[in-house]
Amino acid sequence: MDFTFTQEQQLLADTVQRFVRDNYSFEKRREILKTPEGWSRDIWNELAGLGLTALNVPEEHGGLNAGPVDTMLVMNALGEGLLLEPFLAAAVLAPALIARLDDAKVAGELLPAIASGERIVIVAHQEPQVRGELNSVVTHAAKSGDGYVIDGLKSVIAHGGLADEFLITARTGGKPTDTDGISVFAVTPTAAGVTVKSYRTIDGQQAADIELKGVKVPASALVGAAGKAFTAIEGAHEIALSAICAEAVGIMKAINAATLDYARNRKQFGQPISKFQVLQHRMADMFIQAEQAQSMSYLAAIRCVEDDAAERRRSLSAAKVVIGQAGRYIGQNAIQLHGGMGMTDELIVSHYFKRLTLIDLTFGDTDFHTQQFIGVTQAA
Amino acid sequence: MDLNFTAAEIAFREEVRTFLREQLPADIAQKVKSGLAVQAADYTRWQGILYQKGWGGPNWPKQFGGTGWGPVQLHIYDEESAAAGAPRTLPFGLKMVAPVIMAFGTAEQQKRYLPGILSGKDWWCQGYSEPGAGSDLASLKTRAERQGDHYIVNGQKTWNTLGQYADWIFCLARTDPNAPKQQMGISFLLIDMKTPGITVRPIITMDGSHEVNEVWFENVKVPVENRIGEENKGWTYAKFLLGHERTSIAGVGASKRELGRLKKIAKSEMKNGKPLIQDPLFAARIAQVEIDLMALEITNLRALSAESEKKAPGPEASILKIKGTEIQQTLSELMMYAVGPYAFPFQRESREEGDLKSVAGPEYAAPLAATYFSLRKTSIYGGSNEIQRNIISQLILGL
Repeated sequence: MDFTFTQEQQLLADTVQRFVRDNYSFEKRREILKTPEGWSRDIWNELAGLGLTALNVPEEHGGLNAGPVDTMLVMNALGEGLLLEPFLAAAVLAPALIARLDDAKVAGELLPAIASGERIVIVAHQEPQVRGELNSVVTHAAKSGDGYVIDGLKSVIAHGGLADEFLITARTGGKPTDTDGISVFAVTPTAAGVTVKSYRTIDGQQAADIELKGVKVPASALVGAAGKAFTAIEGAHEIALSAICAEAVGIMKAINAATLDYARNRKQFGQPISKFQVLQHRMADMFIQAEQAQSMSYLAAIRCVEDDAAERRRSLSAAKVVIGQAGRYIGQNAIQLHGGMGMTDELIVSHYFKRLTLIDLTFGDTDFHTQQFIGVTQAA
Repeated sequence: MDLNFTAAEIAFREEVRTFLREQLPADIAQKVKSGLAVQAADYTRWQGILYQKGWGGPNWPKQFGGTGWGPVQLHIYDEESAAAGAPRTLPFGLKMVAPVIMAFGTAEQQKRYLPGILSGKDWWCQGYSEPGAGSDLASLKTRAERQGDHYIVNGQKTWNTLGQYADWIFCLARTDPNAPKQQMGISFLLIDMKTPGITVRPIITMDGSHEVNEVWFENVKVPVENRIGEENKGWTYAKFLLGHERTSIAGVGASKRELGRLKKIAKSEMKNGKPLIQDPLFAARIAQVEIDLMALEITNLRALSAESEKKAPGPEASILKIKGTEIQQTLSELMMYAVGPYAFPFQRESREEGDLKSVAGPEYAAPLAATYFSLRKTSIYGGSNEIQRNIISQLILGL
């Protein structure tokens, strides 16, 4: 048992934290938000320069093949900065999926470009009928001549509008909720029949609904074996779930620090409001929740690559529940303790709260993961 | 970062398991696993067995006859003991007064008191709280007046746990009523319970048990050599003791055992023709406490690993106290709700004396309501959970 990090990991954490503090101030973020793109290619290139886009890419494809603990440390720091750039989607989820699909040709083509930061690859999996379950895919790909024709709708795909390439999941067999029969296709956003409706999300990031209408792709667009992609999809989402838990913890620490700072400086009734016991106890509870969340983020990072599927799923769902509940408690109370100022766009605290809230709704919310947890635990 | 035990730690766990399998008396384990009261004689018997094995002082350094185990070994030991149904370690001697005697006592005092604590021969109890001094402990009024080689102690202590069996009591008493701050006039005294002038009166709690007492002191003569450390410096030692009190308070092992009991009960009980554990609402409540316990376990391990580096428990222990007691309370609450109508019958003897022959309903239901009511104490004792929040906000958050 060991809760320490290696020297390299500590250096990585310090580097990213310094980068965020020096180059991604709240003001800087506000400027980026005002641009039509809503994200910064320059920042992206700098992240690539730090090697962060290569983190989750295997070494043979120009990556660093770092583990989930490294990703966790990076996400802690990026969480603090509330990055608008598509790190989780394009530098964690996408490479994790490609690396698991066992397709040397596609991996050789896409992974080096992901590692270098040149190409943004976005996994388009979620559909309107889904609340976290990964097996529900209605979009289908019908065999047609040498290739496939894809029809369906992918909804609220994070950073979908930035994609140079989509990895679309589609059913080539089975019923709508079967794990068997799901395939992954590489599709460019400019392909005929693809409509990308991009929009901002309430946390300042962006997402897109992607409509596929009679999209013809060659057989070579299929990534990995037909109908056998579920395990890879699940595995990649488990890595991403661990990462988003770490992002949440980074935000919780930052929002708690901001709240303490505010309470020490805000005076009412002739004294700082931090002197009021009712507020002190609230902040103590916020602290406790953040610590419990951090513990579960550690557990998620360690267990997301665990071979025992039941133990892996049980730990990840438990982590997501704790992170979701802690995020809600901390976020809501941070606003409450900031009073009217907490309601404004002007302070970072409202931005933290919005991101924490959407994190609970990402990859399955607290209720979804409570049910998952019950399912795994009772089956054991 | 690695959450797995090393090979040596796994071997140690095996050693603990084997010992418990071979040496833990079945009748004691049965009581613990069924939530029945463990008797004073059971505690003493088990401590004697541990002492014979050389494990009388799991949290003690080797020089005083302890095991010298590190935090991870202690954690494994606690977890395995709880799972096997070993009685909890009564903290008053082994975990409270002993560390104070080791840190601040004279060599003479260490020689005199520590062996009896280790072997279980001497039963210790606590004399901290008073009717007018609970969370505000330093406002205590029990008076110790110096008369030559003795102190004359007068006053009243309360919430004294299991003092009816005690040979010794450690006491905070005021030796200087005129000190500029109330924390400054207190001394830490060790008092023989057989001394004339001491009266122990039972307090019966709402679960029907006699666990706590009032202790009255009327002109009780205490030799000066029974004082720990310096006169009027007792508050320093008292705080040191309270810091040690919190470290093992997470109770992760015991709560895991209780979670198992809860699930077993919820599988036996029926609702709408199905086992209660399949009821979506009840299943969600069980899941919530199980998930909270998972988080506490990791937080506890983080605290242990920090402790092994710093060698001292920090204010972070307050998190463990708050979450640990909340979880214990929730588990007892869910078990009581699980048996529904059979939470009603109450026969004091069933839980206190383990007599389950005449109870109505399933045997496992008999102690559940009483236990639920009893465990409300956990968020009150050991520094109430509100005091723990004060500690967090002052010592960690700096408010």
